[in-house]
Formats: sequence, structure tokens, C-alpha cells
Amino acid sequence: MTAAPSARGRDDGALALAGITRRFGDYTAVDNVAFEVAPGELLGLVGASGSGKTTTLRIVAGYEAPDAGTVTLGGTDITNIPPEKRGFGMVFQHYALFPHMSVAHNVAFGLEARGVNKTERLEKARQALAAVGLEGAGDRATQSLSGGEQQRVALARAMVIEPRALLLDEPLSNLDPTLRQTMRNDLRAMLRRVGVPALFVTHDQEDAFAISDRIALLKLGKLLQVGTAEELYHAPISREVAAFIGRGTILPAVDNGDRAAVTIGAKTIDVRVTRAAGAASRFEHAYVVLRPDELALTNSDDDQAWSGRISNRRFAGGTVVYRVELAEDVVVEVESETGTEREGDLVGVTPSAGPFPLVPR
Amino acid sequence: MRTSTQRRSWVIALPVMLLLLWTVVYPNVAVIVGSFENGLEHWREFAASPADREALRTSLVISVASVLASLAIGVPLAFLLGRFEFPGRRLLRAVATLPAALPPLVGVIAFLFLYGESGLITRSVQRAFGMAEAPWRLQGVPAIVFVHAYTMYVYVFLFVSAGLERFDATLDEAASGLGAGTWQRLRRVTLPLLMPAVAGSMLLVFMNSLGSFSAPYVFGGGLRVLSTQILASKINGAMGLAYVETTVLALSAVAGLLLFRWIDRKRKYTLASKGGRTRRVIGSRRTQVLTSVLAAAIVITLILPHLMVILVSFARDGVWTTQVLPPEYTLENYRRLFSEAELWRPITNSVSMALVATAANVVICFLAAYLIVLRRFTGRRLLELLVALPWAIPATAIALGLAATFNQNDLLTGRVLLVGTFWILPLAYFIRDIPLVASAVEGSLRQMDPSLEDAARGLGASWLLTMRRVILPAARPGLVAGALLAAVTAVGEFVASVVLYTHANRPISMEILAQLRALAFGTAAAYSVLLILLVLAMTLVARSFEERLA
Repeated sequence: MTAAPSARGRDDGALALAGITRRFGDYTAVDNVAFEVAPGELLGLVGASGSGKTTTLRIVAGYEAPDAGTVTLGGTDITNIPPEKRGFGMVFQHYALFPHMSVAHNVAFGLEARGVNKTERLEKARQALAAVGLEGAGDRATQSLSGGEQQRVALARAMVIEPRALLLDEPLSNLDPTLRQTMRNDLRAMLRRVGVPALFVTHDQEDAFAISDRIALLKLGKLLQVGTAEELYHAPISREVAAFIGRGTILPAVDNGDRAAVTIGAKTIDVRVTRAAGAASRFEHAYVVLRPDELALTNSDDDQAWSGRISNRRFAGGTVVYRVELAEDVVVEVESETGTEREGDLVGVTPSAGPFPLVPR
Repeated sequence: MRTSTQRRSWVIALPVMLLLLWTVVYPNVAVIVGSFENGLEHWREFAASPADREALRTSLVISVASVLASLAIGVPLAFLLGRFEFPGRRLLRAVATLPAALPPLVGVIAFLFLYGESGLITRSVQRAFGMAEAPWRLQGVPAIVFVHAYTMYVYVFLFVSAGLERFDATLDEAASGLGAGTWQRLRRVTLPLLMPAVAGSMLLVFMNSLGSFSAPYVFGGGLRVLSTQILASKINGAMGLAYVETTVLALSAVAGLLLFRWIDRKRKYTLASKGGRTRRVIGSRRTQVLTSVLAAAIVITLILPHLMVILVSFARDGVWTTQVLPPEYTLENYRRLFSEAELWRPITNSVSMALVATAANVVICFLAAYLIVLRRFTGRRLLELLVALPWAIPATAIALGLAATFNQNDLLTGRVLLVGTFWILPLAYFIRDIPLVASAVEGSLRQMDPSLEDAARGLGASWLLTMRRVILPAARPGLVAGALLAAVTAVGEFVASVVLYTHANRPISMEILAQLRALAFGTAAAYSVLLILLVLAMTLVARSFEERLA
């Protein structure tokens, strides 16, 4: 199952989407999406429901055909190859384990389809199960497994065929919160070992942050931005990205290049800003993203602070998060490590040295 | 890619749909066209015939009365068994569905032996009160409705019981918490939520009564209903009139279907809860005793027909005349069935025809259900309609359509001569059981996670391997259950058989009728017992098959 090297283009086994579009009637589910996943790279496809992320994944897997665009693997166009000929490993949202087969037969099924003889395929299945930490579970019924174990079986089944790419649909959404934390780390380690392009879909940005090398953010079928988690968080390319990734209040600002003037109520404060690589050096309509961890509480008469009243105080473990009403319709969240202030207190909110993300309208 | 998936679906769908168009739609179209062969003449004939007008009226009266009678028995029984705990409940639950296991004609003759003019109950009452004549006559509309209610209340009972089981007990608790009394809860919460189940079962009873043939045929006396009228016209060679009558019967069925759809139109909810309601133990000692006595009476009433058929099967033919019970018993009836070739023939006929029909049902309905549930292709809606269609057409109408279509070899019009051959009855059985088997398989496939098929293909499995290793195992419970139901109905089938049989391929049901006419009650009953045993054997085989594979 090695990738057929192509005469032209890259032949390192990278998975690439170009101009992928898929319409359902009048509705465009996926709109001109393009990105690339390098071998060994974990790319998280992130978006709310209806963003087209699952459709995109199904197009990559071959279950859906795009109306336009191409999917290539190692430079070879595979857009019209049916799923059974792609040699991809896929982990389904609800795992799709065959209920009438034992764990071992589930894992061995892909090898059965490839005509591998029974002894050999069961031996390989045993090894694959061991690799995901399920030694000796081969004879069990899939229904007797916990959610986490089922997920590992699904992963072993996808990996035992030595896939040319791995695709995962919401791999963590069916796990309870504690298991989810451990699986994030395990999953990342296991996917790394395979060394093929891995694409996974999630609506949960924390999952995406924890697992992926890079994130592709989709909204209403359109690709908003592709980059590392840090890039998306610190240098979002648009208001939409800034609103989806992380927390924060987005306010209009006057763009002065390295700095921007932010006016709330009667008070204008100049903050240091940064913008996405390749963005225009000046935005006609600029917006600044005030993240809670880049704001601090001070006295209400501090002249480097906007003043307002605390409307809500929320204990968040190591810190306390305050909601402060700075003006009519302007509420910011401020993270504080001390947390001595109370609801109703009049306080000042001062920005840190920054830089704060600046985005165009 | 998408077009190739479509193409692959069509490769299977096209033969299946052509077969259904040819065997299900074409004969019915032929009947409708045939009714206009002389312009409107046959229709005028129908409209002018008092007998036909009476038949239509009687058919509708019987159907509506059967629905009401079935409701009157099925709903209270479902509540009694679903909501209350009392001594004898399990026994009553076990026998409550027994009437449905009686092949239609067998139920009718059991009633004849019990409640007929010289039946056991009739004679007992006559003796007990020293009457000169039988206290009642098992004839006409009341007799037919009586038999219908006995065999068809099971639909109402099963539907309502299932509804009650799914019923969310917290809804009832919420209502009582809001201050609603027992009667108010029943009227405003329980019954409205059960309405879909009730309406569905009413429709089933209505359709079955409308198409029913055996009860009107045996108890009708001079009574005319549409289904018997069709057979009479056919026998008299008035095919044009038979076509009109068939069309009217089918239209009545479709009208009934639409009417119940309309009754059920408001349903926008489903009862999705797991229920989990415990049954209430009846508190008062006196009520408890009364309930148990009532339950015992119902149990006896329900199993009496079976017992009576078994008893009569040992009665020597021709000796049971005026006595309460047959005076002489013998094994002769059974011995003759197995030793005389002429008497053995209907048994092999029925079994082989049922097997052929069931095999065809399994293959075609599996493919149809697979296409309907798991494939997205343009013709899916049409296929769904084709598969459900035989359900809306009374069996007499199906049979007459086949008689009108497959009566000559004419490749140009797609006709093949099947009438008078072995194949015509299996074809009729096959058509009748399409909706049954297909919906059983659909049920199983709908429970399957659709991504299993994707998963298999993604792992490199070919279409055939996916079919064999993933789809077929998922469909198996429905296939086994559907095949069993199909085989059971086919082996005892009467309504289509009476229109299409010939002496050589006569099934058991026709032979029972012939023996009854010859007053050979013992032999008729022995056939009936054999039929019940066949049904039982098939059920056991299906069950062990299912257990062995599970």
C-alpha cells in the first residue's frame, strides 16, 4: 500500500485539496477549500456544525464526490478513486465497529479485504491491538468495550492496513471528559508514529489545540485560516477567526500601524497590536481583540485604564474571571490571579503591554 | 464518483424495479384497463346491479364493524395486560396472540365447529336450556364480524401494547402532578399519545376485513361482499364485471388508506422513551379475583378454537351429526393424509409453493430494502412505493390481476402463460408477502449504523465482500423473521389461491374447503392441525437458526 509516485508534482505522500466545492441543491456545503497535510503532520479541521468540515472529510475519504476541485495524494489525483481503492484509514465518529464481529476480526477486516490469509491477518490484528494498548482483547465482543476501548479498536483497525493517510471524524466527541484528556495525548502520540498525513475533524477547539500541528478553520463551507494554534490565537486573519478561537471582546480601533487607539466610553487608550502575516499594513476598519489574560484590574481612577463596574465574578480554578461593564454594550472579561474584587465594585481595566491581535472588518 | 455510485445502485435497482412493475403494477393496470374494454358498459352494468351495490355496502359495513369490534377487544386487553398485575397475567399474555397463528380458513372452520348450528357451544347451550332449535345461527354480517374480531383484534392488541410499552411513565406522572385525575389523564395524555398505534392497527384491520374472503365465503350464506362477488363473476365468465368489481375493491382499500392517513395526520411526535413503567398490582381482593376469572374465561375462549380443531381431527368422518361432541374417535384421518396420494398432494403443493415464494421474497426484498435504506439514488421513492403497493391491494384483486395478465404467451405485451401452471400461486404468494418481508429487512437495516458500510469500503472491501460480511449479517434478523412470516402466510394462503388454483396445484386451504363441502369434518380438521404444526415447525426452525447464528 505505498503511494504510487507521480511523475510530476510532489511525491512525498502529502495530501492536498485544491478548490474543493460541494453543493447540495442551492446550498454550498464546501466552498473552494484548499489546504495541504504533510506526511506525519496532524491537521485539525475545525468548525461549528454546518461548517462543512465533515463533508470535506468525506470528500477526502471518497464517500462524497466534489462538484469541483481535486484531492491529490503525493501528487497523484485521487478525486475519482472510490474509497475502497484509496487505502486510507478512517476512524468514524461512532467508530462504526462491526457489531457481529469480534474485536480481532474487526481489526483484521481490512486485511481480509486485501486477501491476506487468516493466520497472518489475525497475527497482525493482535500486534495492532497491542500497539493501541489492547493486548488480549481480540476475542471480546465490541459491545463489551468501553467508549475509550472502542475508539482504540477503531484506531487499530484503521492503522493495521498501513494506510496512506489517516482520517478521523470527531475522534474524541464520544468520550467522557477525563478520558478525553488522556486520549488527546495518546492519540497524538499514536498518529505521530504512523508517519502519514492525518486529518481530523472536530468542533472542539481545545481538542484541536491539543492534538494538531496545524488547524484549518472552516465557517459556512469557507476556509477562514490555516495555521498553528498560536497563529490562529495571536494573529487571526479576520474578525470571524478571532471570534471563534479563544475568548475575548472584539472592539473597533483606529489602526496606527504598530499601535492602535481603542476608545471605550470617553477614554481612549493606545495599545500595541500585531496582525496576521501577509495582512495589509493598514486596515481601514480595524478591530482589536481584547483577550482576558491580556487585561488586568486596577483602580477606577487609573488613567491608563477604562473604568466600569463588575457585573459577574466567576472562579475558574487558578484564576478568577470578571465580567466588567465598561460602557453600554461593552463588556470585557478580565482574568485575575488575586480575585479580591466583588460583584458591583467600580474598577479600572488596563491593557497589558500586548501585542493585541488586530483584524480587519 | 457520485454518478458511479448512482450507476451501481441502478444496476441492482433496475432489475428489481422492472420485476415489481411487471408483477405488481402491470396486472393491476390490466384490470383497470380491462374494466373499460367496452367503454363504460361494464361500469354501467356494475352500477345497475343491485347485487353489486349490496356487495360494496356490505363489504364496507363489515370492515367498519370489524375495526370497531377489534378495538373493543384489543384496547382494553392491552391496557389490562400492560398496566395491571394479577394472577394469570402471564398465561393470558402468552395466548393473547394465538388467534393470529391460525391460518385464516382454519380459524373459520374452528368457529364453525364451536359456534355453528351443530357446533359444540351451540349444542351445549341448546341442551342446557332444552331448546328445540339452535339458539343462534352463525351466519351473515354478525358471524363474519365475530370471526374477524377474534382473528384481527390481535393487530390492535399488539400495536397498543407496543405503544404502552414505549409510553413514557413520567408523562403520566407529570399530568397527575399537575392535578389531572385518572380519567383526565387517560383522555388527555395516554389516549392521544397512543393514537398513532391505534390508527395504524385500525388500518390493518380495515384492509384485512375488506380483502377477507374465507369468513364471508363460509358464513355468508346468501350474503354478497365484493371479494366473493369477484370470484362469482370470474367463475361465470363475466370478466369485464369482475374487473370493475376488483377496481372498486382496490379503490375502497386506497380510500381507507387515505382516510386513516388523514386521521393520523396530526402526529408530529414519536414515543421515544424506554418506558420502564411497572404494572400496578390490583389492590382489592374482590377485583383481583374477578380479574383472574375474567382472564381465565378469555384464555379458554382464545384456545378453544385450537382445541376444537384438534379434537375434530380425530373424529370419524360423517358420524358427527346431532351430538354435542363427535361420538367416535380415530387416527384414520391422519393415516389417510399420509397414505393416500390424492390427499398427500395438497401438502407437498403448499410446502413447495410456499418455499419457492419465500425464496423469491428473501432475494428481492433484501435487495429492495438495501436500496431503500442504504442507497441514495433518484428512483428510491418509486421503489419504496412499489414495495408497499401490494399491501394496499386486497388479495382478491391481486389474484384477479394475475389471472387477467398471465393467461397467455405474448412477449409483445409482456405476458407469460402462468395461469394453470405451478408458478401462478407462488407468484401470488410472493406478491402478497413483498411488503411484509421488505419492511422486516428494512427494520433490521435501519438499526444498522450506516457508517458500517462506509467503514468496510474504506478498509478496502469490495461491494460483494461488504454485502457478505457487513450488510447481510446486519439484515439477518429481519430476513429470518420476514422469511418466517412469508412462509407461514404462504403455506396457509386461501384468498388468492381460491381465485387461481387448479386441481393439480391445489394448496391445503383449498383441500380443507373441499373436505368441508363433502362434510368430511375430521379430514378437514386433520389438514388444519397439520397446517398449524407446519407453522409451528417453521417457527421453531427459524428460531433455532437465529440462535445458532447469533
